[in-house]
Amino acid sequence: MAISASEVKHVASLAKLAFTDEELQKFTGQMDEIIEMVQQLSEVNTDGIPVTTSVTDAIGVMREDVTVSGTSREELMKNVPQHQDGYIKVPAIIDESEEA
Amino acid sequence: MNYFKHDFASLHELLVNKELSVTDLTQQTFDNIEKRDQKIGAFLSLNKEAALEQAAQLDQVGVAADNILSGIPLGIKDNIVTKNLKTTAASRILANFNPIYDATVMEKLHALQTITVGKTNMDEFAMGGSTENSAFQLTKNAWNQAKVPGGSSGGSAAAVASGEVIAALGSDTGGSIRQPASYNGIVGVKPTYGRVSRYGLIAFASSLDQIGPFTRTVKDNAILLNAISGLDPHDSTSSNHAIPDFTAKLNGDIKGMKIAVPKEYMGEGVAPEVREGIKNTIAVFEKLGATVTEVSLPHSKYGVPVYYIIASSEASSNLQRFDGIRYGHRAADVKNLEDVYVKSRSEGFGDEVKRRIMLGTFSLSAGTYDAFFKKAAQVRTLICQDFANIFSDYDLILGPTSPTTAFGIGEDINDPVTMYMNDILTIPVNLAGLPGMSLPAGFTKGLPIGMQLIANRFDEETMYRAGYAFEQATDFHKEVPTFGGKINEF
Repeated sequence: MAISASEVKHVASLAKLAFTDEELQKFTGQMDEIIEMVQQLSEVNTDGIPVTTSVTDAIGVMREDVTVSGTSREELMKNVPQHQDGYIKVPAIIDESEEA
Repeated sequence: MNYFKHDFASLHELLVNKELSVTDLTQQTFDNIEKRDQKIGAFLSLNKEAALEQAAQLDQVGVAADNILSGIPLGIKDNIVTKNLKTTAASRILANFNPIYDATVMEKLHALQTITVGKTNMDEFAMGGSTENSAFQLTKNAWNQAKVPGGSSGGSAAAVASGEVIAALGSDTGGSIRQPASYNGIVGVKPTYGRVSRYGLIAFASSLDQIGPFTRTVKDNAILLNAISGLDPHDSTSSNHAIPDFTAKLNGDIKGMKIAVPKEYMGEGVAPEVREGIKNTIAVFEKLGATVTEVSLPHSKYGVPVYYIIASSEASSNLQRFDGIRYGHRAADVKNLEDVYVKSRSEGFGDEVKRRIMLGTFSLSAGTYDAFFKKAAQVRTLICQDFANIFSDYDLILGPTSPTTAFGIGEDINDPVTMYMNDILTIPVNLAGLPGMSLPAGFTKGLPIGMQLIANRFDEETMYRAGYAFEQATDFHKEVPTFGGKINEF
């Protein structure tokens, strides 16, 4: 096995995803297969080869520092699930059960 | 409207001469969709009211003789944001998302007065090669409704191939325009990375994504790419490279053109009937005066693993924005902020999207970064070098678009690795940022075979020129799906 269920669970927590035990089993099997497939890259000699993370010639495009009008708050709130008085509403950030 | 008998030029002539009104054309397009889409399932949503209103306005002023796209109805893939028109990327997490702005390509099309008839189905967030990963519906292949339309832009491809619309936009991250174009027997182009602005394209893998056109002819494709290309201050990776008129060199003359066929593209993994079809296309090119030579892209076989690491890593980062706070699905029954994130994402994303977020997160995490992400980014360099070597001696690369013709619905869906291998011939093009085209190159068992042409960066002109010459010399593009032998009853 290239990856264990507990590793998959850890990665899920980093990715802010939750799985049921059944899903975890299925994902672990599939992740394992995918990781095995991608591990064939280890046979390529890449000593001294630079990385490619972008295929554009333009790096760090500059623009004039001028003000332009943006989007109104009203517009921006259109897709917000819950808002009030121009603010986005979210549940309590601190879990109250942990406070005591 | 029988789109099988028209191209942009012939429709334009009818509109300019007022033999056909924009309103009638638009209404007839919706009629096509109404009749056919129950079988095909290409559209996720229609824009009927606004489209007809826009058509009526255009009819009042008339279609300008020098604007070939004016009044032409188009389908738009549902990961391209359209102001006030629901845009879901075929994901539950965006099921009710109404964009407050237009993608740059939409602004460009609006300026040219095209008409958006609706949004087309796709694999969720463009992750997939069959459109089966849509959270909402299946789309069927125009030629055989038991087969997938390919993906991820399966809706756009099937809509054009079944004659519902004359053209559509898609996006291509690892083959998502070319492979469905191949499976549906139409022309699909992924432009050079940077040719078309990505502003307003819902990001999947930002170093690979490009928007491009689906059409039934090479010339129409060039016309539509003319319309959407160009530098955009909203996308710093868009290029200020000169934009030629992509239709300028469509004269059928390719004498002396040097075409390379990578032996890795004609190997064992490619179905014999597809290989046979491509061999026939080579003979056509030779007859037209091109020289065709076998070459090697030695690292192309690593394209799939490189792609799945890089694309998934970029996706895991891009998709962090879906947190249930500012837009998209927010889970009910949550106790704290962490709950909002985890539950909204877990409920909102489908399995393939979760798999890729997981693979990406894993590839970028401490302890695996060097062996996975960095290694893949290094092999990507070798893949780019392979192509650069070929293009120092040749004008164009030719091969199949996909190793097989369209596969059956449900056949591969539970086997991610098999599904990923379908992209083996298209992925290297995205990794190197090159332009690529798929066009009809034959049929086997009633299903289209797609030929892929790959050009050097910003040399779409050569690709279109060769594609056009091939199209003029063959009749494959004239074949239309018969839907049980009766187009009209379909």
